[in-house]
Amino acid sequence: MSVRRRKDDFPLLAANPDLHYLDSAATSQKPRVVLDAILDFYETSNANPHRGAYALSVLATERYQAARETLAKFLGVADADCLIFTRGTTESINLVASAWGRENVQHGDEIVVTALEHHANFVPWQQLAIERGAKFRICELTKAGRVDLDQFRSMISSRTRIVAFSHVSNALGTVNPVREMVSIVNERSRALTVCDGAQSAPHLRVNFDELGIDFYAFSGHKMLGPMGIGGLLGKRAILEAMRPYQTGGDMIEFVYDDTTTWNELPHKLEAGTPNAANAVGLAAAAEYLDGIGMDEVLRHERELMQSAQFLLSRLDGIRIYGPPAPERSGVLSFTLDDVHPHDLATILDGEGVCIRAGHHCAQPLMRRLDLPATARASFYVYNDESDIDALVSGVLKAKEVFGHAAV
Amino acid sequence: MTTSDRSAEIAALYQELILDHYRRPRNKGELEGATTSVTMKNPLCGDEIALHVLLDGDKVSDLKFSGRGCSISQASASMMTQLVKGKSAAEIKELRETFRDMVMGATDANDQSVEKSLGSLRALSGVSRFPARVKCALLAWNALETALAGNSG
Repeated sequence: MSVRRRKDDFPLLAANPDLHYLDSAATSQKPRVVLDAILDFYETSNANPHRGAYALSVLATERYQAARETLAKFLGVADADCLIFTRGTTESINLVASAWGRENVQHGDEIVVTALEHHANFVPWQQLAIERGAKFRICELTKAGRVDLDQFRSMISSRTRIVAFSHVSNALGTVNPVREMVSIVNERSRALTVCDGAQSAPHLRVNFDELGIDFYAFSGHKMLGPMGIGGLLGKRAILEAMRPYQTGGDMIEFVYDDTTTWNELPHKLEAGTPNAANAVGLAAAAEYLDGIGMDEVLRHERELMQSAQFLLSRLDGIRIYGPPAPERSGVLSFTLDDVHPHDLATILDGEGVCIRAGHHCAQPLMRRLDLPATARASFYVYNDESDIDALVSGVLKAKEVFGHAAV
Repeated sequence: MTTSDRSAEIAALYQELILDHYRRPRNKGELEGATTSVTMKNPLCGDEIALHVLLDGDKVSDLKFSGRGCSISQASASMMTQLVKGKSAAEIKELRETFRDMVMGATDANDQSVEKSLGSLRALSGVSRFPARVKCALLAWNALETALAGNSG
C-alpha cells in the first residue's frame, strides 16, 4: 500500500492536504478504522462489561476481552490477563510505583533510572524514593546520547530494588539495548525492571515475553489509538503478589463490612467501569499496524528520518542530536543557530508543518545537553517525502526571516 | 485559515524591530548594586529571564536582564527595560496592563492611548495571533511585577 493511500486512511490528514504533521511522538493521528471501531462499540455493544446477566452486557464483556487478547498478541505476551488496561504510560508507571514500590522499597534501597527518561518515567520514581527514604540514582549518557552501560553496570547492586528505563527515548530517538540492560540487572541484583514503552509500542516489534523485563508500560494514543487508554504488561507472579492500585468496583471478589477480598487478574488492577470502547479502538489500531507490519513501520520511519537528516544537515547552522540513524527510531531532534526552537516552530506552523519545540517533557536530559529546548520532528506511518520537503523549506524560511544567508 | 494568511501573520510577528532587539538586546547583563533580582522561567519552553532592578524610592532608576530565550521573550525584555526606566511602580503597573491587553488581543495596538503609552513596544502586537507565544512576551513583564511587588511588601 502506498503512503499516499495511507494518508487517506486518516480523516484529519485527508481533510487537510496542506498539513504536515510531524509530531507523532507527542500523539499520533487516528485512522478511520479506529474511529469506526469506537463508534461501532457504542452503536452495537454498549453496556457495562462484567456486570449484567443479559446478552448485551455479555457482548460488551466479550469485546473488551477480545481487545485485550488482540493487544497481548500484538505486544508478545502469551498470558493476556497479564495486560492491565490503564489510562496510558503515566498511569501504568504510577501503578507500579504505588502498588509495588510502596510495599517493597525500604529505607536505604536504591532506585536507578537513566538520564534519557521523560518525566513520566522519572518523577514517579524520584517521588517514591523521597517517600521511602531510598536513594534515587541517575545513569548518565555517553556523548553519542546512549545509556552509559559501564556506569549502568556499576550502579546496580544488591541494594537496587527498581531499575526503570525507556525502550526508546522520546527526545533523541535512542533505542536502548533492553535485553542487555535486563541481563546486567539480573546478574547483579534482584531488582524489578520497568520498561517505558511509550515510544516503542508504536514503532518497533515488541515481544514482552522475550525482552525479559518485569513490567512494560505503553500508551494507546501514540500508536494510532484513542487518548485515555494504554496498558501495563507484567509478569503474572509479580502482578498476583501486588496490592491493588485503586479500590472500588470490578476489582473486588467479596466485600464484607470490615474487609474485602480481591478479584483475579486482570480485574484486580482495573477498578471501576473499564474504558471498553477505547480498548476496542486501540485493538483496531494494533490490527491496522499489524496490517502494515511493524518491520515495515520502522523501516519507513527510519527512511524518512534519514532523508530529513540528510537534507537538514546540509544547511548552515543546523545541529542534530542523538545517536546515528541506525540506532534511532523516527525522531529527529535539532536546533538552528540563532533561531530559538520556539520561533522555528512558529514559522514552520506558518508553512503548515507541525513540530514540537521545547524540552520534550525531559528536563533532566535537556539540562545535560545544556539546551533549554530543541525542535523535534517525528515520523510515522502516514508521513511521506512531501512532509520532509515542507520541513526543509520551512527551516529555510526561518533562516530567511532571521536574516541568514540562504544556502 | 489558509497558509498564506498565516504567513502574513508570521511576517507581522517577526518585524525587523523585534529581530533587532533579539540580536542586539539593550540593557542586557548584570546590574551592580541591584535592589532586587527576580528569575522567572517559562516551563513550556525552558526560557529563563533574570531581571535586576535598582529602585530609588518607588521609581525604577535602572534595570537590566539576563538569561536566554526565544526572540519574542528577549525582544520583549529588551524593549521593556527601555520603556520603564525612570518610571514609578504605579506607572509600570498601568503599562503592564496595557501591554498585556495588547498581546492578548483585548485592545487594538492602533488605539491612540496604546500608541502613546507603549510606543515601539506595539511591534509585539502580532503576538496576539499566536496564543502559544503570549507567555513568551509576558515573561519579563511578570518578572518585573514580581520584583516590584516583593519590594513594596
